[in-house]
Amino acid sequence: MNKPSSRRLALPSDLIVKDAQREIARRLDQPARRAFLQRSLTLGGLSLLSGCVIQDEDGVDAALSAVSRFNDRVQAWLFDPSRLAPTYPDSMITRPFPFNAFYGEDDIPEVDEEDFRLEISGLVSDKHAWTLTELRALPQIDQVTRHICVEGWSAIGKWGGVPFAAFLRRIGADLGAKYVGFKCADDYYTSIDMPTALHPQTLLTMTYDGQILPPRYGFPMKLRMPTKLGYKNPKHIQAIFVTNNYPGGYWEDQGYNWFGGS
Amino acid sequence: MNTANTAIHPGWLRVTHWLNAVTVIILALSGWRIYDASPFMGFVIPKALTLGGWLGGAIQWHFAAMWLLVGNGMVYLGCNLVTGRLWRKFLPLTPRSLLTDLRAALSGHLAHDDLRHYNAVQRLAYLFVIVDCALLVLSGLVLWKSVQFPFLRELLGGYEAARRVHFVAMAAMLAFFLVHVFMVALVPRTLRAMIVGR
Repeated sequence: MNKPSSRRLALPSDLIVKDAQREIARRLDQPARRAFLQRSLTLGGLSLLSGCVIQDEDGVDAALSAVSRFNDRVQAWLFDPSRLAPTYPDSMITRPFPFNAFYGEDDIPEVDEEDFRLEISGLVSDKHAWTLTELRALPQIDQVTRHICVEGWSAIGKWGGVPFAAFLRRIGADLGAKYVGFKCADDYYTSIDMPTALHPQTLLTMTYDGQILPPRYGFPMKLRMPTKLGYKNPKHIQAIFVTNNYPGGYWEDQGYNWFGGS
Repeated sequence: MNTANTAIHPGWLRVTHWLNAVTVIILALSGWRIYDASPFMGFVIPKALTLGGWLGGAIQWHFAAMWLLVGNGMVYLGCNLVTGRLWRKFLPLTPRSLLTDLRAALSGHLAHDDLRHYNAVQRLAYLFVIVDCALLVLSGLVLWKSVQFPFLRELLGGYEAARRVHFVAMAAMLAFFLVHVFMVALVPRTLRAMIVGR
């Protein structure tokens, strides 16, 4: 059989390019330069640069990244799909709930309610784009949970929305796929594991504290997971895709742990 | 073997001691950088004293070294239990002996003729630091996986309380470290004993 051997040959080069892309993401702050360098990468190009890219790769960094990937696996193993995060009475909601993003409050994106369409792609049978009216017609629940930030602080908030498992079933997602990825109006992107996507407390939220989700908390929608750290909870979601190819994430590509569970 | 019989500290103890020392230093320095991302005690730790460069880097160091702390700590405790060293070296520990030795230590009259023998202050200090390490691991588990360890989380009073427990346990570890190093400076042959065994 020829296939396995060619696959074996293909794998390392994929990994090397991917590794280099991650390295670029980690070292370059400017998104434009980062995107340009990442897209222009090829294995051949890399081998020309190997003197200053591959061999210069910090051994310590590589080891720490390897442990971080190991920690992803440990967390997936520890994750109990039926274990619920604590919920709180409304009286314990943190007021005001803090705004937090990789940009300041002045740069919160404005999403037009009428024009908005939630795009669906990847391993799903129903790829039609959803309007907000359609989404709001789905059965929703409210939940008061603790948001834990990777920085250490935490705050209690009340989000309401569609249980994400129900939504994934509704669009005929391949529930055996590995990842669900998100692209957002603020150029944020992230991805989660399927078991967390199907967790009963994972909500595709459209309200905050009984009101339509305000722009500062992620209008028109935020995926809320009390079983994951804040940076895993994308706001201003525009596109959702189901895939078996590791999609990474804005912070994850710079070194935050991918699983990011709590 | 003759050398094994005359060693003040067995080889496994010296190895686990130094591994633990390196691990604890990595955890403290990276932990300070993580603390700085949200300094709830009202002060910031100078960047120059921290490890990791930025929050993501510090977390990578912290969550790698934690495995070493747990693994090495289990080897240390396991060897101590199996060889009976734990009971031999650290017990008995009575309030009276502690008071006597503490008074002697503070007045500079505590003898260190036989490094094999731990005085009551040492016994308390070393037992304390073992318990403190365990507390750091348990509170750290709550911070890392508060949803997955509900019993531990509630035992420590919730996520936010666990942050405080973790910080205070770190401060206690730092206090131990400073006194420990100061005592080694006073009795330098303890350093040699911990390196070469004699």
